[in-house]
Amino acid sequence: MALYFFTPFIAIILTILGGGIIFYILGFNPIEALKFYFITPISNLYGFSELLLKATPLCLIAIGLSYCFKSNNWNIGAEGQLTFGAIVGGGVALLFYNQEGFYILPLVILAGAIGGMIFALIPAILKTYFNTNEILVSLMLVYVSKLILDYLVVGPWSNPEGFNFPETRQFSDSSRMPLLFEGLRIHAGIFLALAAVMLSWFILYKTYLGFQIKVSGLSLKTAKYAGFKGKTMILVVFMISGACAGLAGVGEITGPIGQLHRMISPDYGFTAIIVAFLGRLNPFGIIFASLVVALTYLGAETAQIFLQIPKYTGQVFQGMILFFLLASDYLLIFKVKILSLKKNELRH
Amino acid sequence: MSLDISFIGILIGSIMASSVPLILAASGELITERSGVLNLGVEGMMIIGAISGFALMVITDNLFIAIVGSMLSGVIISLIFGFLTQSLLTNHVATGLALTIFGIGLSAMLGKNFVGIPGKEFPILFSSLRESIPFFGPILFGHSIVLYFAFALPFLTNYFLKKTKLGLIVRAVGDSPVSASNQGINVIVVRYCCILYGGAMCGLSGAYLSLIYTPQWIENMTAGRGWIALALVVFATWSPIKVLIGALIFGGITILQLHMQAIGFRIPVQFLSALPYLMTIIVLVVISRDSRKIKLNTPTSLGRIFYKEK
Repeated sequence: MALYFFTPFIAIILTILGGGIIFYILGFNPIEALKFYFITPISNLYGFSELLLKATPLCLIAIGLSYCFKSNNWNIGAEGQLTFGAIVGGGVALLFYNQEGFYILPLVILAGAIGGMIFALIPAILKTYFNTNEILVSLMLVYVSKLILDYLVVGPWSNPEGFNFPETRQFSDSSRMPLLFEGLRIHAGIFLALAAVMLSWFILYKTYLGFQIKVSGLSLKTAKYAGFKGKTMILVVFMISGACAGLAGVGEITGPIGQLHRMISPDYGFTAIIVAFLGRLNPFGIIFASLVVALTYLGAETAQIFLQIPKYTGQVFQGMILFFLLASDYLLIFKVKILSLKKNELRH
Repeated sequence: MSLDISFIGILIGSIMASSVPLILAASGELITERSGVLNLGVEGMMIIGAISGFALMVITDNLFIAIVGSMLSGVIISLIFGFLTQSLLTNHVATGLALTIFGIGLSAMLGKNFVGIPGKEFPILFSSLRESIPFFGPILFGHSIVLYFAFALPFLTNYFLKKTKLGLIVRAVGDSPVSASNQGINVIVVRYCCILYGGAMCGLSGAYLSLIYTPQWIENMTAGRGWIALALVVFATWSPIKVLIGALIFGGITILQLHMQAIGFRIPVQFLSALPYLMTIIVLVVISRDSRKIKLNTPTSLGRIFYKEK
């Protein structure tokens, strides 16, 4: 069990080593490049707040995904659910673009969560009632959601005074997440993420639903035998997952962005899959993992500015983390083998 | 715009061209899945094939090296997947996703210096026949050699799986790895070979995009085709000939969508662009409803980890 939570650290160390090698091949001083990548970005208060800013959506989405992955539902379209949540939430914010009021932000956030939830229900319903593969459906919907967003910001929702830029009006101040500190971009959305962590810890480990999810993930046959309502559970985990992704989307547009445009997420929905695994589908593990993965985003930006290393190294790092994490799981299997060997020896 | 007979010929020709990457990638993935391995890294392998093919073409100026190199790069990147899933027994879904994310990042990194470089013209065969024969000319002639290969591939794959001993071994490994192993077949080696073959085809599919279809390097230029190829394999219920039919339908939607945009059809561009994705979902729903049919053709051990006790 200790090893189970220890291997993510091995994966991170191996990724850093692998990154050093890639930097060396690209012709950079690996030590210096790694320093710009992993230390410079968080060496001041502003950098640290940026880290939390990027970790917030990753954490929220990964928390939602952990419900799906734990119960063997492969929702990989969180990016689409994020986008659709942002569309619905953004739509509500645009309704109130020239109004102020304390009730607006909660409405916007609620709309975002519902938007994400509805979008996640599509693959869930198709899976439960039509036996359709949820991986492909949820993924296809990512492209659809981005095209809907594109249509809206270019067409009906584009800013009438915006000189035909593909963006909507700015949201009113009442639709914006309150900032936590003067001069930093970190906003109240982080509390949503922390609340999701706490609530999920409770749901996953202390409730009947959590127990059902866990059993279904370990053995579908057992779950059926125990009489769990499999279909309802699939719908529920997808709805939770979608709502979390929708919240992440609405957090982005009401937080740092303040309007709708084409690029509301640098693939947070996909990267969160890695976060969920790196955090071992454990709510507190996910907090830690979201900080690590957020650092690959920040590091990629810093390295691009200072060393002109293309920012896509971020994705390379993210892919490597997951590769190494999966590979280091072999240690777990290996340990089991040693133990079972010893047992056999005792018997003979 | 007149819909005369020669225009329809040209239209069919362009539908064929746009279905080539799907046929190649889906045929490769089909063999991989038939051996019981689910590789979701198709998109990543394709994009790596696209950049390595294009980069090799720019560097060596030799299209043959570029094509072979793209296939090799697909093999190399799929080796990562093979090593993890077969030797280290990792989860197929998660590993495939990692491969796609890694591949997209790596391709953009490698391709940084190749953005904006114009591609080289790829030689087309029988170009004179294309002009001289109405209707059939643009359909049958004036294509690249890769297109002819792609259209032969589903038939070759079908023959391989149904009529050869090796094909039988691949199917046996996919349907019942334990029995195959008991028959003395090395399941892991067979699966490695199928994964690498899938990688080669995905690499070629990517190179078709960057060398022939739109000869240039654009980041993320595969644009979800890898995922559509994966859906196609399910659509085809793991039958190579149906892969060909499915790829032509999707190629048709892509081309139709472009033409509807061109003639100013009064539907927003984005809705037309969403058609292939929506169509994938609809098709998946239609074929998945009959769960018996799916079960009959699905490789029984698909996506499950096989481990031989020593």
